[in-house]
Amino acid sequence: MSDNQFYESLPEVEPGHTFLDSKELVLNMGPQHPSTHGVLRVILKLDGEKVNGLECVIGYLHRGIEKIAESRTWAGFAPFVDRLDYTAAVSNNLGYCMAVEKLVGIEVPKRAQYLRVILTELCRLSSHQIWLGTHVLDIGAVTPLFYAFRDREEILNVFEKYCGARLTTHSFRIGGCRWDVYPAFIKDVLRICDDLLPKIDEYKDLITGNRIWMQRTKNVGCISADDCLAYAITGPVLRGSGVNWDVRKAKPYSSYEDFEFDIPLGVAGDTFDRYLVRIEEMRQSIRIIRQAVAGLPEGPIIARVPKVLKPPAGEVYMSVEAPKGELGYFLVSDGTAQPYRVRVRPPSFINLQALAKMAKGGLVADVVAIIGTLDIVLGEVDR
Amino acid sequence: MEQLKSAYGSGIRDAATYAEQNYLVVDRSICHEVLLSLYDSGFHSLTDLTAVHYPKDELPFEIVWILFSMPTNERVRVKARFADGEDVPTLTDRWVGADWLEREVYDMFGVRFAGHPDLRRILLPDEWVGFPLRKDYGLKQQDTVWVQKNLGIESGQ
Repeated sequence: MSDNQFYESLPEVEPGHTFLDSKELVLNMGPQHPSTHGVLRVILKLDGEKVNGLECVIGYLHRGIEKIAESRTWAGFAPFVDRLDYTAAVSNNLGYCMAVEKLVGIEVPKRAQYLRVILTELCRLSSHQIWLGTHVLDIGAVTPLFYAFRDREEILNVFEKYCGARLTTHSFRIGGCRWDVYPAFIKDVLRICDDLLPKIDEYKDLITGNRIWMQRTKNVGCISADDCLAYAITGPVLRGSGVNWDVRKAKPYSSYEDFEFDIPLGVAGDTFDRYLVRIEEMRQSIRIIRQAVAGLPEGPIIARVPKVLKPPAGEVYMSVEAPKGELGYFLVSDGTAQPYRVRVRPPSFINLQALAKMAKGGLVADVVAIIGTLDIVLGEVDR
Repeated sequence: MEQLKSAYGSGIRDAATYAEQNYLVVDRSICHEVLLSLYDSGFHSLTDLTAVHYPKDELPFEIVWILFSMPTNERVRVKARFADGEDVPTLTDRWVGADWLEREVYDMFGVRFAGHPDLRRILLPDEWVGFPLRKDYGLKQQDTVWVQKNLGIESGQ
């Protein structure tokens, strides 16, 4: 519809009736809006500053990943999953490899499992740093963005030294890991842990007690535990509402049962609590990394996997705790070398669905805060 | 599982475990009832909803619901087969989260959900012709008419 057609289609306004009298204003936000973290379009229905309702328009980044899977081999599809949530490629890779391993029945060597945990937790740290920097920037604080991205660089450097890539790492293979650690890996990882802990305190000092931050996040975008379950919300958003559920604890995978860590919980289920949950999760990740490094066993890093992988006909659903929530893969095999169907359960897509509920009745400025706190990545929403 | 079997008898085609994961294959006529009774027994989270296309079969669309029960930490997959063009009962009356998931299945497979409040395409443009995740839809196939009209290019490739 052209602009002229659009204006003509609007209902005629009575003489003397001005724009300001109207009860509802429809405002289009995105898809090119800096605070939507990608190409999300939100159609807002506003009454003054108040949000009466909203609708998300998604799909601008749809690349048909699930269709592509059906034309690749099982191993050949693995690099594609890195492009779903490109801020946490390692977690995506882990989920896919584990699902295929479950389908075929491969036992991953212990050393590879520990190595996977170290890299996935590093990836969680870097993903949370992006979330922190951009979320706080959306609300108006510029400084923490630079702090977060400065520290994230250290983690990306380790990824680069380990496998050559910084973002879309494709560091795991079906059956284990492709590379063993490089000589200074342990030293680098421990240095990151030591350096990052005081820096997380620094983030907290910069943000937590800040008056503007508190006013913009406390009691903003509240969602109750029951609503979270009804929407099947997972990840820090669910835990921010006080539900103690984390795939790493509920259904441990890749030796997570060997490590001691706590699941931070919120109380009010508002933006501020979700912020505290994620900050604490970063500390817990460091705790897990230290244990995994200390207990890293010797041995092979990859199981014996046939060159041409033909899983038996069957189907599995396997999920991991990605930084955004429960990332699941539902795989269907018909016994050939190509997947019959790959379904990705994207946490961002499912969490985003609750945006309308969380933003309704709030102020238009809070929509920006809520999009930030949901921590979505459009590559994963649209696939 | 046993209770469901005794309650619905032959409507439950199969109740088994594969790779330590429980699944139920139910007849399409009772799938809605079975899902609601699972909800009542604690499966409050609809983790995922998807479909698989088997074009050679008499009932080509298999709809897969993955439910999760937080109190018992259990997951169960419920599957039912539907014919092409047949309506699947919606779950939006019980699980609000089913809304977008059902829209996505409609978008990708063309399976309609009876009773869904707002069944439109979600990832593809509204005017797009064809359902990409059907097996008869080619990998490089696209709605060239739409692409030329809206993007002003010969094709998207």
